[in-house]
Amino acid sequence: MNQDKNGFFGKWGGAYIPEVLYQTFQELKEEYARCRRDPAFWEEYLSLMSTYSCRPTPLTHAENLSRHFGGAQIYIKREDLNHTGAHKANNVMGQGLLVKRMGKKRVIAETGAGQHGMATATMAAKFGLKCTIYMGEEDVLRQRPNVFWMEKMGATVVPVKDGSRTLKDAINEAFRDWVTNVDETHYVFGTACGPSPFPEMVSWFQSIIGIEAADQIMKYHGRMPKKVYACVGGGSNAMGIFKRFLDEKEVELVGVEAGGHGADSGLHAIRLSSPDASPGVAQGYKTMFLQDDDGQMKQTHSVAAGLDYVGVSPILTALCESDQVRFESATDDEVMQALDLTMKQEGIIPALESSHAFAGAFKEVGTLSPDDAIIINQSGRGDKDIFTIAHAFGDPSWKKFIIDRGIEYSK
Amino acid sequence: MHLEQQLRSRLERKDILLMTHIVLGYPSLAVNREVIRQMVENGVDCIEMQIPFSEPMADGPVILKANQDALANGTRVEDCFQFAAEMAEEYEIPFLFMTYYNIIFKYGEEDFFKRAAEIGIRGFIIPDLPPEMGKSFLALADQYQIAPILIFAPTSTDERMQELADYGRGFIYCVARRGVTGKKSEFGIDFIDYLKRCRAATTLPLAVGFGIQSKEDIEALKGKADMAVIGSRTIKLVEAEGAEAVGPFIAGLR
Repeated sequence: MNQDKNGFFGKWGGAYIPEVLYQTFQELKEEYARCRRDPAFWEEYLSLMSTYSCRPTPLTHAENLSRHFGGAQIYIKREDLNHTGAHKANNVMGQGLLVKRMGKKRVIAETGAGQHGMATATMAAKFGLKCTIYMGEEDVLRQRPNVFWMEKMGATVVPVKDGSRTLKDAINEAFRDWVTNVDETHYVFGTACGPSPFPEMVSWFQSIIGIEAADQIMKYHGRMPKKVYACVGGGSNAMGIFKRFLDEKEVELVGVEAGGHGADSGLHAIRLSSPDASPGVAQGYKTMFLQDDDGQMKQTHSVAAGLDYVGVSPILTALCESDQVRFESATDDEVMQALDLTMKQEGIIPALESSHAFAGAFKEVGTLSPDDAIIINQSGRGDKDIFTIAHAFGDPSWKKFIIDRGIEYSK
Repeated sequence: MHLEQQLRSRLERKDILLMTHIVLGYPSLAVNREVIRQMVENGVDCIEMQIPFSEPMADGPVILKANQDALANGTRVEDCFQFAAEMAEEYEIPFLFMTYYNIIFKYGEEDFFKRAAEIGIRGFIIPDLPPEMGKSFLALADQYQIAPILIFAPTSTDERMQELADYGRGFIYCVARRGVTGKKSEFGIDFIDYLKRCRAATTLPLAVGFGIQSKEDIEALKGKADMAVIGSRTIKLVEAEGAEAVGPFIAGLR
């Protein structure tokens, strides 16, 4: 799905930006268009991703889980094995090549779970760029290990204390930096949201996931999968794996949103599969937002910081409207169960974000035939979430370890 | 009378006009009422009233906090309309709404224009709505005779300024520098060149905002711009010294 000349996908998307950014967006759009036209750019990108990262990432046949549910064969696309531990690096390294072409010397980024910030700090270190990461204060607290690594790689991490102190507030603050330092700085937007051309550009870099997965499933399974599952926060990993399959009519695409404490609880981040969201314009683009009757954004909740966001990719909203992608949600509890089962059955630790895709798939896979296959996009690894996951499981030996370590440090 | 005419008739008597800014509901509508009274009595020519929004992307820390506190106080869009109606009724200077596009979009574009026109609002400043995104908005502005205030930035090319000027009515809001509201601006050679480019691009009056804080700043704008915009400065003043400090401050600017 491609944007029109004003950056819309159907009636969603656009570029609602302050005038001070107009010129820089013109330059970005032109450079992006040049890269799209230039086959050497994609070749350079593939080469970088196969030498600096581990592309192509494997497609793992989860035989034990498949047997456990007795339905379709479950295949897992292993973005957790990408460098920095998540799909985020695909977009960041692509934008890094773009920044080099544009000749800018500094990058900034927002981050929720910290994975995008990590990937951006990594790219900045590799390409010799200055780097500032904006992260909601609440996310700084729940993702401390990522903050540690970003700082170690030379990035400045700025905790954002405004609003709900999560992803959306980090985005606002990154925009404020950008309008101030626009000449030298590129904003490495982390997901398939924001003003045009970001939704399409980020989806393009992430489309490498689906391109690989389609080849791999043909090799292992001999035909297309019945269904493809991905978690949906902003929507970049979902767009990444879905894009290649959009024209394969027999493949059903399923996006799984953060159900939090449940669809009726008011404490969730379900934009497309609940009646709580409505059309709106914020953070530079038009999509479905969780907002009140006045258009003020609401608080969202998810156990997974990376899904805890009020908006969603305008491309996914358009695909939802045209029934090309089905949207479901999984609650925090369902997600923890899916994570537990996946670790025990397969020895694989999905990120809390990715575990939503697993939970969504597990609800349906048993009804399919063992001759069929499904793909779950494991967008990231969960071991970086050890503090959150151990806390969510209420693990007593972990708690004791933290208490003992605290005592040691406070001496 | 249209906004541009209102401003031009005031310019016959003054060498530079003053526009001030308030965030509705911060710290309260009662304080807003007193602040506006002091502003009008001390010769302010135009007031932009910001309807608070939860995601004020173009605003710096002072106005950002004011937006958040106004919402935390329970300020609703309906309260803003009622308050604005009262002000437009009471004072003869032009009042504008400043807000972000989602407030209008969510209310319903046409309903919002209709209501604003009924209560006598003269213009809208919407920093996140470039004309490319505002086709229906601009048509409604024309229909309801509410001036869409377009924004020039130092990064705007001459060509872009011409394009913006074609869509603008009332006046052009020239952002003095890169960045968000509330920080001091330097008025050096580059700034003077920028204002010359602004002047060449349009016959509309030019307002200059972002970081205007003192009598000296306003003196420096005389002959180069038609209106100076005081934003974050009065919000900080009210926070520090209360509403009654606004009158003397405004009086001291000219």
